[in-house]
Amino acid sequence: MIVLEIASGVLLAAGALFVISGGVGLLRFPDFYTRTHAAGLTDSAGAGLILLGLLLQGAGWETAVRLLIIMLFLALTSPTSTHILAHAARRDGVPVWREGDPRR
Amino acid sequence: MMVPPLALFWLVLSGHYTFLLIVLGAVSVVLVCWLAWRADFPERDDVVLPLSPRLPRYVLWLGKEVLVSAVAVVRKVWSPRPDLRPVVGVTPSPDMSVFTQVVYANSITLTPGTLSLDVDEDRIEVHSLDAEDVDVLRDGEMMRRARGLETRR
Repeated sequence: MIVLEIASGVLLAAGALFVISGGVGLLRFPDFYTRTHAAGLTDSAGAGLILLGLLLQGAGWETAVRLLIIMLFLALTSPTSTHILAHAARRDGVPVWREGDPRR
Repeated sequence: MMVPPLALFWLVLSGHYTFLLIVLGAVSVVLVCWLAWRADFPERDDVVLPLSPRLPRYVLWLGKEVLVSAVAVVRKVWSPRPDLRPVVGVTPSPDMSVFTQVVYANSITLTPGTLSLDVDEDRIEVHSLDAEDVDVLRDGEMMRRARGLETRR
């Protein structure tokens, strides 16, 4: 069981690192689209690893099933909403930042 | 039409049968139905999620891809002078069923560093932090694997 606890801790810590990096990237990246990439870091890698880490905590099968359903829904909804946002920005003509442009 | 499955889903997932939580559940079911109605969501019969036996393999492979590209983006986030050369490129997605195209476009968005902007009939417009990532998409491994999910019926 100690192995499971260590694995769970590693996954949670790695997930937390991705979530923090997503936040820092959101502040540092120069425009809407690049910031969306940073937010995606939090959504996919961060949330995924944290949920996996929680899964290994061994809180019983009911919780495990719920966590798996949450993962499934996140995997479907987060890229969909990200795509809708980016699509709307593109359609409304939000310019794409190129190397050398000032930050927006 | 959608109410019974949604209500059942809430009850099974919540597992708490207090007054407050059941009221919250009812509100959320009504909200979901209203949103679906507003968005002209098609009738239930039209929405099929083809469960392919290859889905677990695809999920594992996608998970690996997400982690690998997440590490690359984390590097860019923390580097003192981020080396950003974002591009907008196009990757072909010919002869795909709607389902496969949705899986493909969502997989592109799910992997950090690439983001699907626009989905046409036979191509997907992608915003990428790195021109190389678009080239990797054009090589078509992700597309091939997404195609592999199409069930032969």
